[in-house]
Amino acid sequence: MDRLKDAIAAIWRIESPKIIARLSRITRDVGRAEDLAQDAFVLALAQWPNEGIPRNPGAWLMTVAKRRAVDALRRSETIARKTQDIARELVSQTADYDLADDADGIDDDLLRLMFVACHPLLSKEARVALTLKLLGGLSTVEIARAFLTSEPAIAQRIVRAKRTLSEARVPFEVPSGSERLQRLASVLEAIYLIFNEGYAATTGDDILRPELVEDALRLGRMLAALMPAEGEVFGLVALMEIQASRMRARIGPAGEAILLLDQDRGKWNRLLIGRGLAALARAEKFGALGPYGLQAAIAACHARAATAEQTDWTRIVALYDALVRVLPTPVVALNRAVAIGMAFGPQDALEIVDELRAEPSLRSYHLLPAVRGDLLAKSGRAAEAILEFERAAALARNGRERAALLARAADCG
Amino acid sequence: MRFAVLVKANKDSEAGVLPTRELLEEMGKFNEQLTKDGVMLAGEGLQASSKGARIRFDGGRTTVTDGPFAETKELVAGFWIVQGKSKEEIIERFLRAPFDGGAELEVRQIFELEDFG
Repeated sequence: MDRLKDAIAAIWRIESPKIIARLSRITRDVGRAEDLAQDAFVLALAQWPNEGIPRNPGAWLMTVAKRRAVDALRRSETIARKTQDIARELVSQTADYDLADDADGIDDDLLRLMFVACHPLLSKEARVALTLKLLGGLSTVEIARAFLTSEPAIAQRIVRAKRTLSEARVPFEVPSGSERLQRLASVLEAIYLIFNEGYAATTGDDILRPELVEDALRLGRMLAALMPAEGEVFGLVALMEIQASRMRARIGPAGEAILLLDQDRGKWNRLLIGRGLAALARAEKFGALGPYGLQAAIAACHARAATAEQTDWTRIVALYDALVRVLPTPVVALNRAVAIGMAFGPQDALEIVDELRAEPSLRSYHLLPAVRGDLLAKSGRAAEAILEFERAAALARNGRERAALLARAADCG
Repeated sequence: MRFAVLVKANKDSEAGVLPTRELLEEMGKFNEQLTKDGVMLAGEGLQASSKGARIRFDGGRTTVTDGPFAETKELVAGFWIVQGKSKEEIIERFLRAPFDGGAELEVRQIFELEDFG
């Protein structure tokens, strides 16, 4: 029985994004689509234990869900017809959807669903939760566990997001023209947020949450398959694959973070590096790299270096020069300073970092004093370095990271 | 989680008989779906064991034996590396793989970081 339940849950994970996507096209309402898809799943849970899992469970679920969606639509048409005579338009709408198992256009529907779930109207948290739920096939319990939040909090976030989309009558489509790029940026951002929460957890004591890393990778690869002509999608996939390749090397035996240059490169996952470099090569075919592509190119410089000493820092600085132009954030400027320090010595880098200290958005960013501490230590200014590492430790929100920074301070003494 | 899905060898794969065009097409479609779903990391088919070799280690001595190897059913003829949330998910995906005629797949979980924790 448990085995069957697990099997049905797995089928749901595999099939639900497609079903919700298709139903969203029929109902034009993501929230209703998910409810109707869920109904089909509940029916499966009731029937399959007695009748066995159908040979093509995806088609079974899709047919049941579509039938329910069309029934619901017809009901609302009947009501509409009774109140006012504007039903003709709606009738023609349902006529488009027969119940045959048409797989046509399912990719388009998935892409639309992704764009709607990541609509800029929604907060980042809502986009992330909705994307994991609708496109990742995760349950609210799983999302809550991944983000160290309570299940009701996530459930409420999702309900509210769906309501927001419904009330704003967000069209179920991939926008065109200039809006397209802006909306795509919102999709990429949501996927990368998921990745980062898994790769560099901002809360809790564990630095890595591998499941979120895998979810983000899966979503990114899905998007790349759906949008094979968007270079920046491949840029994001490349960035995530290469970063994920270092997961095993990033954590020491006591659970502490190991910095990139100190990592055992033998532990880097060559399969993911290969996938990342391939994705980067695809991104480069589309001309100038975007922000994700450039970050991937930087990550690739590290991936290609057999040892830390062989890192091509001059090239990395050049890539950061390009990145800071398309993504002029203080954090990028700080990373550029680190690269300059490696390529040309701590003095040039310290000048940039000192300027960044006036940046209000970096005031509570622990990596600013951490970088400054490192540059000071390399310049032989140990006393100042200690103060900076201690400041960084006080700002760090992750317990393991804090411990590592305090250890650096102790090393300077 | 990541899994290796191993395809067991059979008489044909050991004899170097290539799959039919039809099967290759079906397999292409199956792999395309895995790719679209973002779960396929790698997949390769292996040539007959007659082209391979075995290296055996024993008490500091190494022995190399050239193929072919007799116990066909124990041999691997191909593999996928896929990611998934559970073994059941992988099973559900590969239940749809276009195999027949007594073909056998073996689903094996790959060690992850946390397994060594």
